[in-house]
Amino acid sequence: MAETTIAKVKPSEPLLSKRRKALVNDPLNSNNPITIQVLGICSALAVTTKMEPTFVMAIAVTVVLTASNFIISVIRNLIPTRIRIIVQLAVIATLVAVVDQVLKAYFYDVSKLLSVFVGLIITNCIVMGRLEAYAMGNKPYDSVLDGLGNGLGYAWIILTVAFFRELFGSGAVFGFKVFEAIGISQTGWTGAAFPTNGLMTSPVGAFIILGIIIWVQRYFNKYTEH
Amino acid sequence: MKQSNSYIIGFAIACTVVLGAMLSLAAVGLRERQAEARDLDTKKQILGAVMTFKEGDDIKAIYAKRIKSLVVDANGDEKQGVIAEKVDIGKNYKLSPEAREYPVFQFVSESNPNEVEAYILPIYGNGLWDRIWGYLALSPDLNTIKGIVFDHKAETPGLGARIADKEIQERYVNKKLYDKSGNFVSVTMLKSEIGNTLDDHKVDGMSGATMTANGVNRMIQNYVSYYQPYLNKIRAKANTPKEVPSMDSEKINIDTTGVVVDTTVTNKTSE
Repeated sequence: MAETTIAKVKPSEPLLSKRRKALVNDPLNSNNPITIQVLGICSALAVTTKMEPTFVMAIAVTVVLTASNFIISVIRNLIPTRIRIIVQLAVIATLVAVVDQVLKAYFYDVSKLLSVFVGLIITNCIVMGRLEAYAMGNKPYDSVLDGLGNGLGYAWIILTVAFFRELFGSGAVFGFKVFEAIGISQTGWTGAAFPTNGLMTSPVGAFIILGIIIWVQRYFNKYTEH
Repeated sequence: MKQSNSYIIGFAIACTVVLGAMLSLAAVGLRERQAEARDLDTKKQILGAVMTFKEGDDIKAIYAKRIKSLVVDANGDEKQGVIAEKVDIGKNYKLSPEAREYPVFQFVSESNPNEVEAYILPIYGNGLWDRIWGYLALSPDLNTIKGIVFDHKAETPGLGARIADKEIQERYVNKKLYDKSGNFVSVTMLKSEIGNTLDDHKVDGMSGATMTANGVNRMIQNYVSYYQPYLNKIRAKANTPKEVPSMDSEKINIDTTGVVVDTTVTNKTSE
């Protein structure tokens, strides 16, 4: 009896406590799903040729991740352990299908560009990884923060990759022809020509940029593989 | 926590019902909006073969004003009672070429709705992974390509998917479908990217996407020949002397070199 009263007196954790901030912050850098855990590489390579579809993809993944983390966390004590993976998958698949429908209705052009890759969010290891590793054992609010953090961690990496790929591959950012705007065109301007790099439009380019990002990040984080 | 089999089955069923309901709700609720988006996209593609849009252009209004559509059969005769916009090219593709319905979209002059500035023909075929389609705009000489748009379902991003890029599509502009003596030779996309200027019947390829390019070549070749009877009818009509010699007979008469027609057309679009 005495113990329960003490527990009641103990102040509840602030809405954005240090621990909770870490839930969002860690996946952005020191525990990034792509560069540290090396998950979700497939879509990071496939959709990042241009900024615009990448941006939509980043939002889609973040939404799916946050929402599925929330739903699974709410029902985590009800889910039978033996079929938990299927339940997780069903929730993810439903959310992805809904996102796909919304994109088709309101962002038809982008949904055409992303085509199958929206559907492939289902198989994105980050989503299922977070459900299994976090949402199954934590409270809904924390799970939402975790989903948000990981979604944003995924987002900034693929946006960075897309930035360099579009810049060097198509000479543009968000479709805006940067090099032409500053007077360097593909055909050459007083000798200074900027040829677009075909390597960057192929997935190989994404590998190289991703590799460089991981290198730079690990140099600053002093992170080593054990 | 140990759960009984019946609890697991019950949970699975409940899960299916709830998630299924969510899905159907989304599908039904958004269906109309999606159909609208698809419809707008098709109109955009059809018009995209002959013009470029500015930000904020009302595509529906332009379409209603500039496009006169009709449907022809394999013999080139107009079919009544069929709405061209409603014809599903993909479904028709599964039928034999004789049984298909062929929509024609006539891009008419802004001032004179009877003067056709371009004939826009849908084209359809298979790329490397899945279907590809597009719209081919022919100048009134029925020989010069005024513009073309391609789209695809699942070509490789960065490689075959480039057919959807303006840069690739512009390579087709002003190419000719027929040779000097009037034989149909089509326009072929070559293997690999050379970057040279090529003759009237060839366009530069896309490196790494030869299979897609082959699909594009087949698609253009096939569909121009399917529309051949209809095109011949227009030619015949233009060649028969009119009762009243019209002022712009020059424009209407078929000229295989297409020079005269070409210039009038480009002047019009640049307005």
